Amino acid sequence: MLYTNLHHVMTAEEHQKLISENENVMICCGRMGPMCIPVYGIMEDLEEEYKHVKFADMEFDNPEAYVIRNVPEVRGFMGIPFTMYYKNGKLVKATSSIQSMSQVRAILDNEFAPVTVS
Amino acid sequence: MNTNNHFDAIIIGGGPAGMTAGIYLSRARLNTLIISDGVPGGQMILTHEIANYPGVESISGYQLSNIMKKQAKSFGCTIKGNSQVTDLQLEGEIKSVTLSDGTTYTSNVIILTPGGRSRTLNVPGEAVFKGQGISYCATCDGDFFTGKEIVVVGGGNSALEEAVSLTKYATKVTIVHQFDHFQAFEYAVEEAKANPKIHFIMESTITGFHGNEKLEHVDIKNLKTGEVQNFLTDGVFIFIGYVPNTEFLRGKVEMNQWNEIVVNSDMATSIPGVYAAGDSIVKRYRQVTTAVGDGTIAALAASGYIHQLKSRHLHETLAH
Repeated sequence: MLYTNLHHVMTAEEHQKLISENENVMICCGRMGPMCIPVYGIMEDLEEEYKHVKFADMEFDNPEAYVIRNVPEVRGFMGIPFTMYYKNGKLVKATSSIQSMSQVRAILDNEFAPVTVS
Repeated sequence: MNTNNHFDAIIIGGGPAGMTAGIYLSRARLNTLIISDGVPGGQMILTHEIANYPGVESISGYQLSNIMKKQAKSFGCTIKGNSQVTDLQLEGEIKSVTLSDGTTYTSNVIILTPGGRSRTLNVPGEAVFKGQGISYCATCDGDFFTGKEIVVVGGGNSALEEAVSLTKYATKVTIVHQFDHFQAFEYAVEEAKANPKIHFIMESTITGFHGNEKLEHVDIKNLKTGEVQNFLTDGVFIFIGYVPNTEFLRGKVEMNQWNEIVVNSDMATSIPGVYAAGDSIVKRYRQVTTAVGDGTIAALAASGYIHQLKSRHLHETLAH
């Protein structure tokens, strides 16, 4: 169990439901380790700002996480977390290992459109 | 001053030193802001288990950090995470801090607790293959290298201990170190040398990382002869120590040759009203407990400074 404040995806079925019912989804698949925790923290910080994106995590060692671990896009990945970005149910970007706030923002803005100030 | 962006104290850095200072200052009813450039918690959140923090038998760094954050907030401390400082004015009675979002905050006191970070080799290909063959965390990524041959860079305790732990997964671990001897404690050196899976390339350094989808080979330069060999490897783990996060303070506060902030026994820096604490100051032992101690001292000294300042202003006002 990942003890973050993010929505936890526990099963492959739940993963499918999340990406099919939400236009923009970011899922961080990792453990409670030094490379993963900063990414969860960034997502928690951005959750309120990027209201058009659904943020979630999934435990890397959960057998159901095969839906992330086994996709061709992560074939060369050798560092956790695997961070996945889905648009309309399709994987549009994936990163490996720790990412900075500016790197995550750049991907969110590029793949899902920036936050608009009303 | 009484604006929304003015605080009695601004703390730059959200690790255990900064968080402790935040708890003390807020509890003393001083309006306090903590600015953290990453997730609040600093290096502490990267520690899997803390078993030597008095009063707590065992806790993860992440949990301890969350408790500290909650405690600081409960006393009214404002915490801004993932915020980068782009400008800093430390001189004078009113200090100012500008963040990357353009907001400027002012305060009477600043406590610098920026902490440190893992040192990188900073050679071509390192950024490209991070997470695709290059790692800085054996416990996180070790199992990706099961049955593979890897390299560990470094000669301190972390490098040697992690090299030994990585032999659980890898078939061969080659330690590359820039000197002809190790800085690690003797027990760690002996354990590594006794492990048949561990090999050594001394007086050498990696000068480049290469591959296609993932890391495939590295350039290892012999620092004595200058000869460069193309070394095939599936992965590289880098453990070459820490550097203080003090680049943004260059020229603003006194630092030593290693860019560590110089403080006195009250954690006061060379600038009146500016204090520093934690891993970024000149000191020998860097622990969560020592950071907490430094943070306490800095907060108490800063609190005294603020009261003196306020009392002087009050007398000046009354005199007029």
